[in-house]
Amino acid sequence: MICIDIEKKIKTYQGQQALKVSGDFAAGSIVKINGPSGAGKTTFLKIVAGFIQPERGNIIVNDRVWLDTALKISLSPKKRMAGFVFQDYALFPNMTVKEHLEYATADNEWINHLLKIGKLETLTTHKPQYLSGGQQQRLAILRALATKPQLLLMDEPFSALDPENKTALINELKLVFNKLGTTVFMVSHNPQELEELAAGLGKSSTLFINN
Amino acid sequence: MDFAPIWLTLKLACVTTLLLLAIGLPVAWWLSKGRSFFKIIIEAIITMPLVLPPSVLGFYLLLAFSPQQGVGKWLQQTFNIQFVFSFQGLVLASVIYSMPFMLGPIKSALQQLPVSLSQASYSLGKSRWQTFIRVLLPNIKPSLLTAIVLTFAHTLGEFGVVLMIGGNIPNVTRVASIAVYDSVEQMDYHAANVYSFILFAITFVLVTSVFIFNKYQLKSPLE
Repeated sequence: MICIDIEKKIKTYQGQQALKVSGDFAAGSIVKINGPSGAGKTTFLKIVAGFIQPERGNIIVNDRVWLDTALKISLSPKKRMAGFVFQDYALFPNMTVKEHLEYATADNEWINHLLKIGKLETLTTHKPQYLSGGQQQRLAILRALATKPQLLLMDEPFSALDPENKTALINELKLVFNKLGTTVFMVSHNPQELEELAAGLGKSSTLFINN
Repeated sequence: MDFAPIWLTLKLACVTTLLLLAIGLPVAWWLSKGRSFFKIIIEAIITMPLVLPPSVLGFYLLLAFSPQQGVGKWLQQTFNIQFVFSFQGLVLASVIYSMPFMLGPIKSALQQLPVSLSQASYSLGKSRWQTFIRVLLPNIKPSLLTAIVLTFAHTLGEFGVVLMIGGNIPNVTRVASIAVYDSVEQMDYHAANVYSFILFAITFVLVTSVFIFNKYQLKSPLE
C-alpha cells in the first residue's frame, strides 16, 4: 500500500497556488495521473521521488516512511530509489545504452531481458545522441526499471513512440510490473495510453491533480 | 643561455594547475548548486583577481605572509614555512591569482547540465560522489580541459603578483616572465627574445589545442 498526503506551494501563471494531493493506492496497481497543464503533475512525481520537498505531508510506501514533515523525516532520492522516467529522458550523454543499465544494476541477466523488451539489443554500444527519439525514450524506461523499483514514476513515457512500438512495449511492461509487483504512477495527456497500460492489470486508479 | 626560468615556470604552472584542479572541482560543484548570499560573496572574492591589479594582490600577500608579523611569523615559527621570496610563495600566489580561470569554466559547465541528470542518477541509488564522478564530470570534459589549459597558460604569464611575493631570485623565484623583464633591463635582447618566444609558442600551442579539441567534441557526428 502506498499512502500519500502532501501539500506544496507552486508558482503558476495565476500566481501562487497550493498543490494538494492525497490518496491510498494498492501495491502493484497502476495510478493514472490526470490534470491540466501546469497543475503540478510533474511536481507531484518529483515530490514522491524526493527531488522536491513539500511544505507538509506524509508518504508511506509499503509500510516504510519516505516522508513525514511533522517528524522531520525525509529519505533522500538515493534511499527511496523510485524508478523515474523523465519527460526529457535525462539520459547520460557519456554512456552507451548498455552502460546506462550497467550503471543502475550489476544483474546481467536482467539487463539482457530489458534490452530485449526495449528492442535495443543491437544498439548496446550506441550513445544517446545516436539514438532516435523513440529509442531514447525506451532506454529511459529501461533504465528506470533496471533497479527493479517498488515504485515507478513515469512522466509522459510514451510520447515519442509510434503506435506499434508503444503497444508492444506496453504489453511487455505489464509483464514486468506483474512480475516485480511494481506500483506505477503515470502522467500522460493521452487517455488511451493510460487505459492501455491499466487494462488487464486488475488494480488501477485515477488521480486528478488540479490546484 | 640560462633555461632555469623556463623550467621553473613550467614547474610552477604544473603544481598550480594540479592544486587548483583538486580545489576547483569541489568548490565549482558547490558554487554551481543554488545561490545564497554567502556563495555570492565567496564567488566575488574568487573572481577578484580577474580585475584587481596583480601588484595589489601581491602586496597584500607580501604583508600577510611576511615572516616579521602575523600569519607569516606564525607559519615560520610553527612549521618553518616561509611564503615570501620562496617557491611555495609563488605557488600560493598563483593558486589565488589563477583560481577564477579554473573555477569559471567548470562552474558554468556544471550549471548548464540539466538537473534531471543528477536526479536520474540519485533515483538509481547513486551517491552524490558517484553522480559527480560518473555522470557530471564526464559530461563537462571540454570545459574541464579549457579550465586546465587556461589555468596553466595564465600561470605561465604571471608577472606582477609573483614579482611582489617572490622577487627575482635565480633558480628559486625567477620565472620566465620576470627573466624577460630582467633581460630587457640589462639590455640583453637576445635572452629576452628567447624567453618570450618560448612562452609565446607554448601558450599558442596550448590554446590552439583546446580550440581544436573542443571543436571536435562539440561537432555532432550526425552532421
